[in-house]
Amino acid sequence: MRTSRTVEILVGLFIALGMAAFFMLAMKVSNITDFTENDVYVLKARFDNIGGLKVRSPVRIGGVRIGRVSDISYDDKMLEAVVTLNVNKKYSRIPEDSGASIYTAGLLGEQYISLEPGGSDDYFADGDEIEETQSAFVLERMVGKFLIQEAENNGTK
Amino acid sequence: MLDTLQHLGQSGMRVFQRLGQASLFLFQIVINIPTLFRHPRLLVQELYSVGVLSLGIITVSGLTVGMVLGLQMYNTLVDFGTEDSLGPVVALSLVRELGPVLTALLFSGRAGSALTAEIGLMKATDQLSVMEMMAVDPVRRVVVPRFIAGVISMPLLAAMFSAVGILGSYMVGVGMLGVDDGAFWSQMQHKVSLDTDVMNGVIKSIVFGIAAVWIAVFEGYQAVPTTEGVSRATTRTVVHTAFAVLGLDFVLTAIMFGDD
Repeated sequence: MRTSRTVEILVGLFIALGMAAFFMLAMKVSNITDFTENDVYVLKARFDNIGGLKVRSPVRIGGVRIGRVSDISYDDKMLEAVVTLNVNKKYSRIPEDSGASIYTAGLLGEQYISLEPGGSDDYFADGDEIEETQSAFVLERMVGKFLIQEAENNGTK
Repeated sequence: MLDTLQHLGQSGMRVFQRLGQASLFLFQIVINIPTLFRHPRLLVQELYSVGVLSLGIITVSGLTVGMVLGLQMYNTLVDFGTEDSLGPVVALSLVRELGPVLTALLFSGRAGSALTAEIGLMKATDQLSVMEMMAVDPVRRVVVPRFIAGVISMPLLAAMFSAVGILGSYMVGVGMLGVDDGAFWSQMQHKVSLDTDVMNGVIKSIVFGIAAVWIAVFEGYQAVPTTEGVSRATTRTVVHTAFAVLGLDFVLTAIMFGDD
């Protein structure tokens, strides 16, 4: 049996190592560095089709991530999808006439919302709705259209 | 025919009896937990033998599992040109599944079997009866510190396993195979979320820890006090823990990640 001082030191070391591992998982591995709920403001956008967009998908301006999708719901009166965006307060100067579109990162990558800044001098405030939206690019639909077009072209030849 | 039915009934009753005994034993442990605050020394001693002594196997296994995972995943991912997502793939599989499950299995092999053998031999050599005679409750003195030490150690060990595993895959992926350093970490941070992935892994490891030490101390305490009885109890600890952990893992995964 080791002396109790050595044992205590080793146990202390063990707990410290465990905590360090948690700390690493929290800080280095997961996305805690993202802004927390309190320093964001909310924007809404309506889309005809959101494709594969999911809650927690990124929101970007010019490729820079400025927030995340916090909620997706369906408005059965307007027959549209309503997407709620949480945008970091740091980026509060987004012109009011900016548009939102849903893009795919790469050919098969995840989908994200891209905001295209407009020219207005007024900025979005908390709870505002983005008027100008463009639906998701659905690959299957495009392929379908392309095939039909090809068939028509072949028919006219 | 009737004999077969009788055997079935008997073994069924035995299983239920044992489950009942185990539940009562857990209850007895839980109500005796407060007495541990009067003897924190006991806990430190047990944390040493349950936690510190398991460090070696946990870190070495974590490192090799992470390295192998990095190597294997890379070979598949590189075909699709997505080797940048090596980080998230390894981190998610370690944090969500492999970390808690493998740690629990190794933990039961390293620490659980030792607990069962220790308590079983204490019983076989009448140390527990002597304690009772001295008006020392063996549950308080022997079982509770070991139980709590196991429950504390498991999440810490599982976190170390995952962390070391991610470092291992980093060494292989970025060091040997040439995955981009920045992409490895940034993609990982982008995909792994603290509240769902990491926290659910921690919850899993706590549940597995409770199951593993509960089985270990119960089997030890209920062991037939002979050499053979202790050896059987030790085997049962490892086998039952493996069943319990894998079964619980499926249930917990279905609850946590089922409706995604």
